[in-house]
Amino acid sequence: MDNLQELLHGFGIAITLSHLALMVIGVLLGILVGVLPGLGAPNGVSLLLPLTFGMQPVSAIILLSSMYWGALFGGSVTSILFNIPGEPSSVATTFDGYPMARDGRPTTALATAFGSAAFGALVGVILITFLASWVAEVALAFGPPEYFAVYFLAFASFVGMGGAAPIKTVVALGIGFAIAAIGIDTVSGSVRLTMGVDELVKGVNFVVAVMGLFGIGELLVAVEEEFHARAVSSKIDWREVFRAVGRLPRHSVALLRSAAIGCWMGITPGGPTAASFMSYGIARRFSRRGRYFGTGEVEGIISPETADHAAGTSALLPMLSLGIPGSATAAVMMGGLMIWGLNPGPMLFVDQKDFVWGLIASMYVGNIVAVALVLLTVPVFAALMRIPFVVIAPLIVIICVVGAYSVSNSYLDVVMMMGFGIVGYLFKKLFYPLAPLVLAIVIGDKAEDAFRQSMLMSKGSLGIFFANRLVTCLVVAGIVLLLLPLALQLARMLLRKPALPGDPTTSQEKVII
Amino acid sequence: MRNTSTYLLSAAAIVLAGMAPASAAWQPQKPIEFVATAGPGGGTDNLARAVQNIITKYKLTDQPIVVVNKGGGSGAEGYVYGKASAGDPYKVIFGTSNAWQQPLVSKVAFNYTDLTPIAAMAQDEFLLWVKQDAPYKTAGDYLKAAAANEFKMGGAQSKDTDEVLTRMIEKIGHVKLTYIPFKSGAEAAVQLAGGHIDSHINNPSESLGQWRGGTQRPLCAFSPKRLPQGAKITATEGWSDVPTCVEQGLDIAQYEQPRTVWLPGKVTPEQAAFYVDLMKKVQATPEWKDYIEKTSQVDTFLTGDALDKFIKQDLEHLKQVASEQGWLIK
Repeated sequence: MDNLQELLHGFGIAITLSHLALMVIGVLLGILVGVLPGLGAPNGVSLLLPLTFGMQPVSAIILLSSMYWGALFGGSVTSILFNIPGEPSSVATTFDGYPMARDGRPTTALATAFGSAAFGALVGVILITFLASWVAEVALAFGPPEYFAVYFLAFASFVGMGGAAPIKTVVALGIGFAIAAIGIDTVSGSVRLTMGVDELVKGVNFVVAVMGLFGIGELLVAVEEEFHARAVSSKIDWREVFRAVGRLPRHSVALLRSAAIGCWMGITPGGPTAASFMSYGIARRFSRRGRYFGTGEVEGIISPETADHAAGTSALLPMLSLGIPGSATAAVMMGGLMIWGLNPGPMLFVDQKDFVWGLIASMYVGNIVAVALVLLTVPVFAALMRIPFVVIAPLIVIICVVGAYSVSNSYLDVVMMMGFGIVGYLFKKLFYPLAPLVLAIVIGDKAEDAFRQSMLMSKGSLGIFFANRLVTCLVVAGIVLLLLPLALQLARMLLRKPALPGDPTTSQEKVII
Repeated sequence: MRNTSTYLLSAAAIVLAGMAPASAAWQPQKPIEFVATAGPGGGTDNLARAVQNIITKYKLTDQPIVVVNKGGGSGAEGYVYGKASAGDPYKVIFGTSNAWQQPLVSKVAFNYTDLTPIAAMAQDEFLLWVKQDAPYKTAGDYLKAAAANEFKMGGAQSKDTDEVLTRMIEKIGHVKLTYIPFKSGAEAAVQLAGGHIDSHINNPSESLGQWRGGTQRPLCAFSPKRLPQGAKITATEGWSDVPTCVEQGLDIAQYEQPRTVWLPGKVTPEQAAFYVDLMKKVQATPEWKDYIEKTSQVDTFLTGDALDKFIKQDLEHLKQVASEQGWLIK
């Protein structure tokens, strides 16, 4: 194996004392920016970027990518503890992570999330190591119709499997699409839905929407419902960290399935966000305990986390081999690459072997360093849950306000974040699902662009979505997922089976996702 | 006491300033914000960061400089921010010809006249790119093939520089092209590599990696003369080996994308003069030459009347294309 030899060579570059030290520094800084919402990985990496100009490119990328791993792990911490996802891709983690933490098991929730995230990342790196050239070719096969088909699949896997009333899901999706449409339209170049507010031309930032919908929205519900009973007594138990990680292999089916979904969505340009949502939706469908999803199920944490990290890791490959950054963070790193004098693209693997394989080797080592460090900090973070609600609630508001402001130093964002808080509250009270709304905000405009680009290419014929084997498979899979619940219901009706007696999930539980 | 001495000092400073060249009259007193009207990693962002690094390295001003990205709405976010900061000399906006182009074709809440032009610092070239294994060797072959069946041309954004050039090619080459807008040139380059579109018109730096990697090649450059000789990109060819489009029978002699620098409106002439001078100093450094060479741009420096004239000319031309296409907003 050629690649294996290159990898060993890469390990020789990555495992030096100075590089290991850089990894530890990077991961710690990353956890810090990940935990502080609003700062986030892209900002953290751009702050650090100028410091790397004097470094060797390999050392610089090791520092930056370690920070990225740290931030990814750190982002899950706030999702689980405070229901505030720091990155789009950790939204799905809140669905079961937050209820579990509220239930007095924050240590278990965090340890499970970190353990499965590490597994996902590992699978992603292994894929990169062995299939580098093949993966690059797969990504090239994706034109606008294929992009659209992937997004369609993500929507379908979620909508068809969500627990809420289908019409409410559709309404939530519709509102999400409308929000995603705000700003300049890529295809026509015109300004849409700014409602006379000049600044809205920039569109609605995801972080702003999510901090309001989840952070503030949840807070409002909590204030109303159970003001007193919110402080959670959690014992700091080191052994629970290892027990939770030790229990992971029992869910090996979920782990493997989620890793596969993650890798597939990472290579194809679906990205980590679509991957985590899709993985969660499918897990809910196929898990025997699917009806309990949304109340703190272990597999509800494993599935999105594994897929998120598998996708996040394997998405670095298109960046290196094709020069397409899969995320904002990857875009900043690419900017760095150019400043260091390297050109991302197909030639990087030929011209800069030391750099590429040093980076890949550092992904193995960096993730191990990251997971070790975050597992060590789990009890510290879990202890945050013991702070009484009256203390933590104002802190959450401050974090959300500062976070929304720091996205682009704009007061409008703070106002919008508060507005989204009210929307989140109303959604919860009226049993509308938040997940389709968020999914539509995040990938709605991309799906729209891809659809309209396809229509331009085909001059308005929908036949383009069945023009080759790849796109046909994706679209058919999407339609099947969309119609599956309907078909099952029909089949049940035809067989005249009485409805399941006494469905134990309440409407409240069902509506959480 | 302190007040008096400050007063005396500033009086002395004014007297001294009267003797020194006009550019030294105003000095920044607090940190300066560089606003890139593009996301991190884009061409405009790279320029803002390159200028920041040079200023910091040579200590061209005592004040720290921070770069912020306001690239939403194809850059409109940054210009609107500049408009809202009228009179504030601590915000420097980095953009392109977008500043006067965007208000022409979409209802954005700014116009370039809301800003104070400082300089156009570099010109990015455009080339016509096709897939590596495409049968045509020259722009002439390309046009012949395009006349036979409608080609798909990719580009960044809609009704922007890329689409304007596409429409010019259509008109001058007597062909019909389907323009597919993507978010960025880099995205268009990947789509060409995958064979989903037939061509695009990226800047050199946007497709450099793809050319080296053998997924696509430039047919011709929209430039009056061949691009300057640099290092070889592929084993046999460098930028100077790419013929001009005119040589190959596609009669578009010049099409360039200026990288522009602005202050908000209502700043004083002294404040503007300080930044013009600062950018001139930046341009004189070897690091700037290095940046220009790495990104394969043309080193230019337009300011004052020359810049105004350039903007007016470009605007006239754009108006013509936009009205032919029915893009002008009412």
